[in-house]
Amino acid sequence: MFGKLTIEAFKHEASQNVAVCMMLLSGIGIIGIIFYTKSWKWLWNDWFTSVDPKRIGVMYIITALLMFFKGFADAVMMRLQQALSVGDSHGFISAGHFQEVFSAHGTTMIFFVGMGVVFGLLNLIVPLQIGARDVAFPFLNALGFWLFASACVLSLVSLAVGKFSQAGWLAYPPLSGIEYSPDEGVDYWIWMVQIAGVGSTMSGINFLVTILKMRCPGMTLMKMPIFVWSALCAMVLVIFAFPILTATLYMLTLDRYLGMHFFSAGEGGNPMLYVNLIWAWGHPEVYILILPAFGIFSEVVPTFSEKRLFGYVSMVWALILITFLSFVVWLHHFFTMGAGPNVNAFFGVMTMLIAIPTGVKIFNWLFTKFRGRVHFTSPMLWFFAFVLNFSVGGMTGILLSSPPVDYQVHNSLFLIAHFHGMVIGGMLFGFFSGFTYWFPKITGFFLSETLNRYAFWFWFTGFLLAFMPLYMLGFMGATRRLDHYEASTGWNSIFVVVGIGAAIILCGISVQAYGLFKSIKDRKKNLDITGDPWNGRTLEWSIPSPPPIYNFAITPTVDQLDPLWAIKRGQAPQPQKDYEDIHLPKNTPMGLYIGVLSLIVGFAMTWHILWLAIVCFIAIITCLIIRLSGEDEHDVITAAQVKEMEAASIRRREVV
Amino acid sequence: MNNSLTIHHTPDPYADTRIPDPHQDTFSKTVLGFWMYLMTDCILFAALFTTYAVLHNNTFGGPSSRDLFSLSTSFIETMILLFSSVTCGFGMLSALRNQKYRVVAWFAVAFLLGASFIAMELHEFTHMVQEGNSWTKSAFLSSFFTLVGTHGLHVSVGLLWMTVVMIQVYLCGITVVTFRRIALFSMFWHFLDLVWIFIFTFVYLMGVI
Repeated sequence: MFGKLTIEAFKHEASQNVAVCMMLLSGIGIIGIIFYTKSWKWLWNDWFTSVDPKRIGVMYIITALLMFFKGFADAVMMRLQQALSVGDSHGFISAGHFQEVFSAHGTTMIFFVGMGVVFGLLNLIVPLQIGARDVAFPFLNALGFWLFASACVLSLVSLAVGKFSQAGWLAYPPLSGIEYSPDEGVDYWIWMVQIAGVGSTMSGINFLVTILKMRCPGMTLMKMPIFVWSALCAMVLVIFAFPILTATLYMLTLDRYLGMHFFSAGEGGNPMLYVNLIWAWGHPEVYILILPAFGIFSEVVPTFSEKRLFGYVSMVWALILITFLSFVVWLHHFFTMGAGPNVNAFFGVMTMLIAIPTGVKIFNWLFTKFRGRVHFTSPMLWFFAFVLNFSVGGMTGILLSSPPVDYQVHNSLFLIAHFHGMVIGGMLFGFFSGFTYWFPKITGFFLSETLNRYAFWFWFTGFLLAFMPLYMLGFMGATRRLDHYEASTGWNSIFVVVGIGAAIILCGISVQAYGLFKSIKDRKKNLDITGDPWNGRTLEWSIPSPPPIYNFAITPTVDQLDPLWAIKRGQAPQPQKDYEDIHLPKNTPMGLYIGVLSLIVGFAMTWHILWLAIVCFIAIITCLIIRLSGEDEHDVITAAQVKEMEAASIRRREVV
Repeated sequence: MNNSLTIHHTPDPYADTRIPDPHQDTFSKTVLGFWMYLMTDCILFAALFTTYAVLHNNTFGGPSSRDLFSLSTSFIETMILLFSSVTCGFGMLSALRNQKYRVVAWFAVAFLLGASFIAMELHEFTHMVQEGNSWTKSAFLSSFFTLVGTHGLHVSVGLLWMTVVMIQVYLCGITVVTFRRIALFSMFWHFLDLVWIFIFTFVYLMGVI
């Protein structure tokens, strides 16, 4: 009846019990607040069933931020353990639980935080920047989100019920095989990553078609904002890379569930095949995360330098080159596998080549600022920190790309410092910059600039303290994923410094959370009345904040880059106000249903509750058939209503 | 509307104007999106083919492809699937001429051929398992069953989809919406045929050399 699920699955060690209780309490708290404010109906009608990309984008970002707290809590636990667990002391986490923690940290941060903020920003910004009212496949978009959300929930469930994977965030076999990981942990990992991955593929298809097919008249590819270009390249990567992940996990699943021998150590299986396949996805994946950050900075820097972007064409080609190169470097993740000098040399050289287009981008941003009027706003502060961190991280990456050096520091903390420099210093700082920059556009009010600056300085110092010493530790021989080390190594004081760095980052996160709370509370005082607070260049700033449901009352026509600047300077005609009926897709709960059913399938398969998995799987198929057999339903907003809504937004501006 | 697919494939004379088409080009968007889906599926199969290429000599003392495969069976399977594609194509032509019963009839033939393909494949699989050569025996057999079985799974999904499309065409006739679905399905069916050609070549033909 319950498969492998027994009462044992609910017994944990103390630290985990605390986490479970906190999770349950906050869950109950949130549900209580919803009941207290009687907002179920509003949530259901306006959010859960919505197919509006602006709503879906906000839900992505909220989910990703919640997951970020979980992933960060994992990080703090690891840092605390490593600061304490030296010599005779063994810290406060057992070795087995420590393995769960670092596996969960990586999985959470890459799949749920990284992918969440990328798709969140794409949903919010891409349709606005290309002058579209919608995305190409609104239902597919909603479905992609709900699969992502149900994978997030599955990871929270794994915290409370049973164990998480102890095999690291990429679950290398044979450790992740049934022989060495017989419990449910790896199965949890497989199903949550598989569900999130399928959702990502769907969203990737949706956005690629949206960008290719739904640009407003006149916006040729070379007149797209760079953020859209970066999204286009990232989505190409999604479409090429995620099926490989799906196939790889599929084979690992068959190994574990049906006793196949793809990756087992015996019976002719080949574990190295898994490592190759997973990195054939994994390397493009890190570019999926970083390319949109490049796009964000390419929007932020020109706006706050009051100059056009330097070298638009070279920027585009740099993006395309990075997209291409990201598929021919995967082997640098395992030079030590011993593929031979020629193979290693090829992949080493390819890896070094990536520095060229990336360097082009850095210099383009710097030249954009040159002789511009640079405003030192908080999005720009994140940019400055990014340039420093990304350059340092990039150069250590070049070091790692040389196979002889890599043999020395492979899997050491040097590597950890390198890729956290890229992911935090690159992707996360980029997201913070874009979040601050576009926040007024999406919500209609500003984040507190003062608190943002405090948060920035905490983050920046905390980051330097938490990760720069890891380069030293790496050279001193400290490997990654250590839950204990001897005092004679002399690492302890550095680990303490690193722990202090994590604490300072925690301060930064607290300030950000408080800032977000305070901005929402005082939103009436911080309204963005104009809809164009930063003297923007691109189409999203030509409409009110927050945008009306149809985005653009009149589909814009574009004949150059930076169309809004042209209009503001009188170099392009003002659009005519001829309103027309607008068709928007109807809301549907089907995405949510399929998401919930997928969650149950994942949970049931993890615990081998076969009947439940089959029932829910059939239900998913039924939902899909019902949805895909129906007529395409639309809500119509008539021209008169559009006129009224536009007039109301102008009145609101004048009143305030 | 200057997309060639739109010009050639949209049955404008029978367009159902009651359905609002806000972007005017739902058809071309959907077809492009579906092409992209097919390409993701193609990459999934590419990963499975690569795995098969890496593992097909790892027989671990068990039987190799030369001992197991029968060219005649797989040749008949190939022919069945190819003819199924042909009849599906005839169904598509009938849809362009707005002949709804012919669409259903051609699709029914395609369905029968597809179902017999699946039956033959299942028979082949059970035969192998009964002889003790199941997927647990060696990495070669794991990769064989997975590659060919995944294709079979796709064909089975296709059969389910084809049933739904036939019912819709029967009930609603050929409208803009059902035509779009027929077009997408026929792309899917041809794609599976293409994948099978590769399986026939790389797994069966090269396996017995």
